[in-house]
Amino acid sequence: MIETFRRLGRTPQGVLGLLLLLIVGLACLLGPMVAPFDPEMIDFMGRYAAPSTRHWLGGDQLGRDVLSRLLWGARTTVPLALLATLGGTIVGAVIGTASAFWGGRVDEAIMRTVDAVMAIPGLLLALLIVGTVGAGSLNAALAVAIAFVPSMARITRSVALSVRRLDYVGAALARGEGAGWIVLAEMLPNVVAPIVVETTIRVAFAVMLFATLSFLGLGAQPPAADWGLMAAEARRTLHQAPWTMIGPAGAIALTAIGFNLLGDGLRDALNPRDER
Amino acid sequence: MSLRWLLRRLGLVLYTMLVVSVIVFGITQVLPADAATTLLGENATAEALAAVRTRLGLDQPAAVQYWHWLSGVVTGDFGTSMRTGQPVGPVLMLALGRSLLVAACALLLVVVLAVPLGVVAALRRGGAIDLGAGLLSYVGVSLPEFVTGTLLLMLLADWLGWLPATGYVALTDDPADAVRHLVLPVLTVSLVLMAHISRMVRSETVDVLHSDYIRAARLKGLPPGRIVVGHVLRNAMLPVVTVLALDVGYLLGGIIVVEEIFAIPGIGRAVITAITSRDLPMLQAAALIMAATYAVANLLADMALSVLDPRIRYD
Repeated sequence: MIETFRRLGRTPQGVLGLLLLLIVGLACLLGPMVAPFDPEMIDFMGRYAAPSTRHWLGGDQLGRDVLSRLLWGARTTVPLALLATLGGTIVGAVIGTASAFWGGRVDEAIMRTVDAVMAIPGLLLALLIVGTVGAGSLNAALAVAIAFVPSMARITRSVALSVRRLDYVGAALARGEGAGWIVLAEMLPNVVAPIVVETTIRVAFAVMLFATLSFLGLGAQPPAADWGLMAAEARRTLHQAPWTMIGPAGAIALTAIGFNLLGDGLRDALNPRDER
Repeated sequence: MSLRWLLRRLGLVLYTMLVVSVIVFGITQVLPADAATTLLGENATAEALAAVRTRLGLDQPAAVQYWHWLSGVVTGDFGTSMRTGQPVGPVLMLALGRSLLVAACALLLVVVLAVPLGVVAALRRGGAIDLGAGLLSYVGVSLPEFVTGTLLLMLLADWLGWLPATGYVALTDDPADAVRHLVLPVLTVSLVLMAHISRMVRSETVDVLHSDYIRAARLKGLPPGRIVVGHVLRNAMLPVVTVLALDVGYLLGGIIVVEEIFAIPGIGRAVITAITSRDLPMLQAAALIMAATYAVANLLADMALSVLDPRIRYD
């Protein structure tokens, strides 16, 4: 663990990714404390205010300070994306590991069904789910999590197949341990490392999927300071105030690039390969 | 490509469609506000609602309703739209055609631009093109389509005035104008794929360049151009075809957003309209058709692979 971290510190992507995510993390922790304005404070004189020393990133269509809204919004946008990714990954990992453990026809049946679900594009599946349970941040998180399950199951299974053949699984079987115990306590911890990379990169996708759901009116609802919703609102007033787009789009991009870089760094740190 | 393999593969496509139909039907069944209320409005009398429910078969158990829906779909009857009262099938087929045009152009653009970009980046590792491609791939996967689409629209349509902002023109009406209307949506939807594929091509090419047979070809004294085209490209492309087919799923998702931004009356827009107006038959059919498109794309990719790579023996 510490060794992996040290190696991560030696990859340029890893360092840059950690640095970007540190900024995002600080915004989540301290955002509301350092925000110069109340994120919901409406100021009709300051509508579409251009960036200035008073409003660093300008004012939106209601004169609310964009920077303050970004700093407050970090608290909902980022943790929800993390939560959705983790939820989808855990469920997918359990399905994939169990499928590899049982093998044979059960494995075949589970994997064919997973493939079938993957035929529904992720965004479409998320739309169907949110359309059913209703619009809202938490429902969108649920939809993103479910949309991630099949592909995570597939990835985990390919890793778990090689773990299945290892001696300790055979030993556990010989000791008469139950299938549930072997899958959850023996195999799952050993498939985590390889899927960490995929999970990290997925967080970036979750942030964007969220933003897209909010854009389509099915994610966060006004007046929430959600980044995706802010970008969607800025889009509508782009002709009056193009700068309102810069803040939320930049925040989304910063977070997504951060997780992508961290994922790439982790990949290099976990399987060091020569000169690539 | 044996007949047995093909039959098995077709069986899988059918199984996929069956699972998708169950999921789509199951999800749409729990949609709040039932179809009768959607049809008649909130103020309808109880008798009128009951009559409509009987007419639509909504008083039947879910399994029976599913069976009716599925047998309709198999015979090509996708149901009647609750919003317009017209059959869903023909409308969606027309919409699908427009979406497929955007998707095909996007895939073509990816193959024409991202593949050479990845190869050059791999051949000149650490060079300007490699760094540029790396940067592009991070930008491509860091902004949602509705943001990149909006930025492109502002730049190319509003400020420079090179392209029309939104709308759709059929190729048969005015080919030149149709292409001009296609540029922005295609560019937007292919950006993420270009980022993904160029990175994939780069890493595959690097792998192949390190292989023994490439070293052998070099030692044999083959000219570098022939090594790249005849040996490197051919081997590096095989996994890329698979990934490209898998990316069609992502492409179909992206098309939903792009059609919404650029006002293209395709299948993605039909999905959004169906969700907001609670038009169940439309939603079910559109989702099923999108999944079918994806399944067929993957089947075609597998068939293409077995032709391209004689080492693959499916049985």
